[in-house]
Amino acid sequence: MAAFFSPFISKPDTVAQIMFRVMLALLPGIALYVWYFGPAILVSIALASITALATEAAMLKLRDRPVAPFLKDNSALLTGWLLALSIPPLAPWWLIVVGTAFCIVVAKHLYGGLGNNPFNPAMIGFAVLIVSFPVPMTHWLTPHGLGQIELSFLEQLRYIFIGSLPPGVTLDAITMATPLDTLKTHLHLDEPVKQIFDMPIYGRLAGQGSEMVSWGFLAGGLYLIAARIISWHIPVAYLGALFATAGLFHLADPAHYVTPLFHWFSGAAMLGAFFILTDPVTGPTTNKGKLIFAAGAGLLTYLIRAFGGFPDGTAFATLLMNICVPLIVLYTQPKVFGKKSGGER
Amino acid sequence: MRTLYKFHGGVHPPGNKTPSTQQPISAAPLPAKLIVPFRQHAGEAAKPVVQVGDHVLKGQLIGEPVGFVSSAVHAPTSGTITVIDMQPVAHPSGLPDLCATLIPDGKDEWFLREASDYRTLPAEELRHRLRMAGIVGLGGAVFPSDIKLRPLRNHPNKEIGTLILNGAECEPWITCDDMLMRERAAGIVQGAEMLRSMLEAKEVLIGIEDNKPEAIAAMHRAVADGGLPFEVVTVPTVYPGGGAKQLIRVLTGLEVPSGKLPTDIGVQCFNVATVYSAWRAIAHGEPLVSRVVTVTGNVRRPGNYEALIGTPLSELIALGEPLPDTDSHIMGGPMMGMPLPSTSVPLVKASNCIIAAAKKLFPAPPPALPCIRCTRCAQVCPAELQPMDLFWFAQSKNFGQAQAFSLFDCIECGACSYVCPSHIPLVQYFRFAKSEIRMREQDKLAADRARERHEYREFRIEREKREKAERLAAKEKAAQAAKPVEPPAVAINPDATPETTAQMKIQAAIEHAKEQAAAIKPKNTENLSAEQLAEIAEIEARRARMREMAKSDVEPPKE
Repeated sequence: MAAFFSPFISKPDTVAQIMFRVMLALLPGIALYVWYFGPAILVSIALASITALATEAAMLKLRDRPVAPFLKDNSALLTGWLLALSIPPLAPWWLIVVGTAFCIVVAKHLYGGLGNNPFNPAMIGFAVLIVSFPVPMTHWLTPHGLGQIELSFLEQLRYIFIGSLPPGVTLDAITMATPLDTLKTHLHLDEPVKQIFDMPIYGRLAGQGSEMVSWGFLAGGLYLIAARIISWHIPVAYLGALFATAGLFHLADPAHYVTPLFHWFSGAAMLGAFFILTDPVTGPTTNKGKLIFAAGAGLLTYLIRAFGGFPDGTAFATLLMNICVPLIVLYTQPKVFGKKSGGER
Repeated sequence: MRTLYKFHGGVHPPGNKTPSTQQPISAAPLPAKLIVPFRQHAGEAAKPVVQVGDHVLKGQLIGEPVGFVSSAVHAPTSGTITVIDMQPVAHPSGLPDLCATLIPDGKDEWFLREASDYRTLPAEELRHRLRMAGIVGLGGAVFPSDIKLRPLRNHPNKEIGTLILNGAECEPWITCDDMLMRERAAGIVQGAEMLRSMLEAKEVLIGIEDNKPEAIAAMHRAVADGGLPFEVVTVPTVYPGGGAKQLIRVLTGLEVPSGKLPTDIGVQCFNVATVYSAWRAIAHGEPLVSRVVTVTGNVRRPGNYEALIGTPLSELIALGEPLPDTDSHIMGGPMMGMPLPSTSVPLVKASNCIIAAAKKLFPAPPPALPCIRCTRCAQVCPAELQPMDLFWFAQSKNFGQAQAFSLFDCIECGACSYVCPSHIPLVQYFRFAKSEIRMREQDKLAADRARERHEYREFRIEREKREKAERLAAKEKAAQAAKPVEPPAVAINPDATPETTAQMKIQAAIEHAKEQAAAIKPKNTENLSAEQLAEIAEIEARRARMREMAKSDVEPPKE
């Protein structure tokens, strides 16, 4: 029996498939993460996935919505993955659980569920964690070959779940500040950029290891553009604005302002450009709007990184620009066919 | 090579055209009974001019046009009119309409056929003949063709004037125009020259999608044989490339302004089948009593049939030998067609295709999920609308906002629904919103008229009172004046008798009321074209079903 109204055919694409492909595109970045920092990140992702599905199901039930079709749309999973990739893998288990639960319960479902949340749920989760639990949020793993001691996977698991380190090992020995954080701290001590970059944690463009993870996200992002899941507008405008602002400061004062490429390959820039800002629900719908939205986020990211209180700025830049989306969309409405040339009104 | 232009968006659904183009067009057998609706065209239904029991000949007028936008209806074969009553027809409303039932006598005997050379006839006469021959747009809009055939003079670009033949046939499954062009190209081309002369157009472009190479070749040959300077243009296959405004854009680069007609920019567009029928009507004196229809889908023998108007669709479907799992039928294509309420309804001028549907071909869409604003709909919208926003407004019944976001520029092609990963029936929401808005504006108009009437009544009562008082006063005065010697001439200007004064006041009041009404007239229903009016009628009819749909949330039903 055909449907009651036309069209009677449709493309086989589904929301679940779109979300799944985005998760697929995260895999190169995740693989490099594991390569450089060990498998602890997989534990975070697993914890986030379980929490996301459990809270999503609970909220759907509470909201009296059908559980199965929504649970299968993969959107909660993706939110969990993005949050897991934004926080330190060695953080205690409850941190990712609390963060993910907040994403799904508050940022998503209390605003009306899939399609209705004004703010990027993963970034809300990140903001809540970094404001509420700043200390565990700094426990970033040292990349392979840099730390004095490297924990085995089992020892990492023990730390994540029961918080106990092997005897004689201190937390400082296995974790470090992020390259962005280190840069900030040392710049405050009035050290010139050149000298800071001689530190072993820095690689060719940015942080050792983390720059490679960024390459992974870039590759995944390019796949998303090629597969037409995202358009080029947001990544190009975001990375462009970040590059331009960082470039201006760098040109003006190279001793105190790092290269734009450092900003591209540090922190969550690549993840943000291709996976976070491109969230369709919380971003603008018009192409012009996407350019404005992402350029604004790029500028804000730089300003927060260079002058703000937090080492990275992608999350707050995203949330701040999320606020502007309705206005941006309203003022960037494209002209309708027949109203461009000679059309009335 | 002509430079082709692009229109925004479009989709590429599977064509499924090959199965029905394997056999030449064949004549459908004469059915035992024909049901001929009097409303087969946009505008006013034809008025019956025959009575039950009349014997009619093939091509004899049985319904005459009434009003400007109307067309004639003819007996499709010779036989006896047995019933004139309301019958179910293929209309989205499912409401019955006035039809004549004709029992053929089997002779298929023609009424008087007057073959003419169009070059010897004035354009006005040609237009009249086309109207009386029941020639309407066979692409599906069934708009009376004679109205579209005024000379292309009133446009800024007087030099050009372009006649476009629409052979794009962009809807999947449908192949009736393709087959017609392959087999009857000469008639189409001669018809085009006739229409060109009526329009006084300088150029003729024949647009055919590149998935119809045989038709393109046949049309090329016919143009060359006819020695005519027409251009057969191969256009890319993209749905809805056969939409008039889209084809005009592709071929000329011109954009028909919103709310205007192609003629406003010096272009006129006709479907190839319409052109062919117009040619038959003038050159052979044959009114529109049959058409080519594609029978395809879940059938063993898909193909195209030349069938008499009024043939019960069940008989045509039977010719295709439907497979046992056929569970419903679609009239038209899968993108813009409608489900058939029953297969007993007759073939009408608008019927270009009948698709036997089965689950395997047209699976029910999965339950709709919320919109995630992925903008795929906006990327494919040929009208360059923002369907995700319109959906939001339609869903929340925020019709004012929907109108502000150009809802009425939606051509209901269904491309948005086709690509939606949340499987939201977007175009159905837009149909619902449009009909709701039209209904409200009609209600408002009716209310305005009622208020006008009321105000005038108040004014009239007041005036009568005053006039009565004046008359009494004048009488009294006259009576008093009569007593002394000579009554002076009544001191009233002969040009301003009470009657004329009152009339002027009435006039003033009417003017005032009109001004008031004009000041608050709703935006979008001004100057509706006849085509739009027809569309309203059609869409209005779908309302009941849409209302029901709108009641349910987009989110899937609770289990």
